[in-house]
Amino acid sequence: MTGLFELLGLGASAELLSLSGWGGNLLRGLANSLQIAFGAFGLGLVIGLFGAYGKLYGGKVTRDLLAIYTTVIRAVPELVLILILYYVGSDIINKISEAMGGGRVEINGVAAGIWVLGVVQGAYATEVLRGAIQAVPVGQIEAAKSYGMPAFMIMRRVTIPAMMSFAVPGLANLWLIATKDTALLAVVGFNELTLETRQAASSTRAYFTFFLAAGFLYLMVTLCSGAVFARIEKWARRGQPSLKGGTS
Amino acid sequence: MGAARAAFTEGGHVMTGLKELMQPHRIVMMLIFAALVIWCAVSLRWDWLPKYAPLALEGLWTTIWILAVSLVIGFLLAVPLGLAQAVGPWYLSIPARTFCTIIRGTPLLLQIWLLYYGLGSLFPQFPWIRSSELWPYLRQAWPYAVLALSLSYAGYEGEVMRGAFSGVAKGQLEAAKSFGMPRFTMFRRIWLPQAIRNVLPTLGGETILQLKATPLVATITVMEIYAVSSRVRADTFIVYEPLLLLALVYMAIAGVIALAFRRLEKG
Amino acid sequence: MKLKALLAAATAAAALTAGAAAAEQVKIGIAAEPYPPFASLDSSGNWVGWEVEVIGAVCAAAELDCVITPVAWDGIIPSLTGQQIDAIMASMSITEERMKTIDFSDPYYNTPAVIVADKSMDIDATPESLAGKIVGIQASTIHQAYAQEYFKDAELKVYQTQDEANQDLFAGRIDATQADSIAMADFVGSDTGSCCEIKGAVADDPAILGRGVGAGVRKGDDALREALNKGIAAILADGTHEKITAKYFTTSIY
Repeated sequence: MTGLFELLGLGASAELLSLSGWGGNLLRGLANSLQIAFGAFGLGLVIGLFGAYGKLYGGKVTRDLLAIYTTVIRAVPELVLILILYYVGSDIINKISEAMGGGRVEINGVAAGIWVLGVVQGAYATEVLRGAIQAVPVGQIEAAKSYGMPAFMIMRRVTIPAMMSFAVPGLANLWLIATKDTALLAVVGFNELTLETRQAASSTRAYFTFFLAAGFLYLMVTLCSGAVFARIEKWARRGQPSLKGGTS
Repeated sequence: MGAARAAFTEGGHVMTGLKELMQPHRIVMMLIFAALVIWCAVSLRWDWLPKYAPLALEGLWTTIWILAVSLVIGFLLAVPLGLAQAVGPWYLSIPARTFCTIIRGTPLLLQIWLLYYGLGSLFPQFPWIRSSELWPYLRQAWPYAVLALSLSYAGYEGEVMRGAFSGVAKGQLEAAKSFGMPRFTMFRRIWLPQAIRNVLPTLGGETILQLKATPLVATITVMEIYAVSSRVRADTFIVYEPLLLLALVYMAIAGVIALAFRRLEKG
Repeated sequence: MKLKALLAAATAAAALTAGAAAAEQVKIGIAAEPYPPFASLDSSGNWVGWEVEVIGAVCAAAELDCVITPVAWDGIIPSLTGQQIDAIMASMSITEERMKTIDFSDPYYNTPAVIVADKSMDIDATPESLAGKIVGIQASTIHQAYAQEYFKDAELKVYQTQDEANQDLFAGRIDATQADSIAMADFVGSDTGSCCEIKGAVADDPAILGRGVGAGVRKGDDALREALNKGIAAILADGTHEKITAKYFTTSIY
């Protein structure tokens, strides 16, 4: 690896990347990225769950509104959505806070990032979860109903556990999109991994070193998540006949 | 991935669509929407539009041709990548799989910057590059944009094509073999057309995803439609209006893509 | 229902992080992209540079509790009007165009705009000599506005940061760049900048290039503007400004 760097005329990269050098900055950026990705994925799941239920069992108006939400979010580039949501989001929150008699609300970068990416993730999660819920055999839910289970308990005890195995591959995909989409926040100036990388690269002029290092970090996240999700999927499928090639 | 496509097909056919649209709640929603549009037109600032319209059209054209070129190159690369992974010997399948993993595992923005600024930082060390025939192209930003977007599409689509090639029924290939068909003819007549038919339903969604990736090339000075909206924001300090219009433009393009693929699938 | 859920989630997230902002903290926005020698990151993640020190001195003199908040340069004015930050101190020139959207404090530094190009390149800072050349400029700057007005025969390439324009000048992808003289003096003194030299200052146009760099505040935020003016006047009077300048530059930049 170092030999390659020497070849590219970028010696001393080991020193640049050490923890006392810029390596620490990259790791801090990675921590920020993961935090935002986690939060956004979580928020996306919550929105997605409500969205999926709304699309399946909601009234006409709810269903149409949700259709507009998912269609718009999935047709407009994330970069544009991030800019719109970033500026609009803080405007709305401040207006609400003022209307409620409160003062200005401080929104830190991580919260703003989570909000912005979470709304985007929510649209995709809605589709993934809707598909998964639909895949649950109707008979199971009807059986639960006939036992007199309340709706919420059906959701908790029957629908969600049964749909897990269908939802996991899609959710794994969404999580990977979330980690990679955090990079877009560099464009609005969040200190996540990609911006830290750019700052380090432009301060030291070692563009190749830092971009490759950041790429390596992202790849590690992807590969580790892949392994984790494979286990989750195995767990979610426990007790089911093996579905070969079910993932995509 | 195919989910994006599903959203557009939800609307159903045009004939039944009209009837569906005439439900009371939808009419109310459309009225609200129309009111919103009128409010936007009246109370927001659009005076910058005439001045920037020519630039915006140029930007739109850049977006479209970069999208089209990167789709074609990317797909041409995806076919061998998918084939190598599906049936290739290990010395082809491992590099192909590694390539797809790397492309899919890292953010496109980082890939674009690595290609543009990373490669750029090497130029001064090799003075002969500047006197080479390629230099006029290497100076521009669009070759890097096309390259990065094509590689990205190839990475994602290569994975899809792997599944598509594996999905072609073995019996058909065996039948062709028993007819004594040469391997390339077999590939061209049976394997490839079937694989493409397998991926066609997802292709529309993938194309829209690729469209959504194009604004990233604005960060390396390509003047496409997103860059034009940034320019308007920089010149006039108007924030929402260009962004809203931009979102509308992307939705229109995505809609056209979705319609085109729906026709393609039927025809 | 969807909207409600969204808003609830968003306000909850915002409320969680709102805690620490009890005291009247003033968020000073600087560009998240390094702009040496005025503001750049060191390897331990701290912002350093002339402007960063000036911000500290102005805030101390004006008795403001300031926090430095990096935001993307390209969106720094929307961030101010959208209340993510309270003031901009990011080498932003006071121009008429910007005055339509925000207010400015008194200037705290002023430097000419220059053209930088490869040493072997035979050009000067006139529109005629730049005709047909590729000129790199940073987005949302006075230099972009100036180049669009005067260098109509040149091909303009717009970068998100000056640093990227410098990088492309070094790589040979652009023939020249227009930027602030101090930042450029720093660049041509560096390793990568050794390729290039300052070819001269562009002809002044106060309407576009403005009258120095000031702190931007929201329109009507006169209390903060006055406080910053007081702070700037104080550090100019007691020699702090000069002392900080001497650490970075050989000549006065006020």
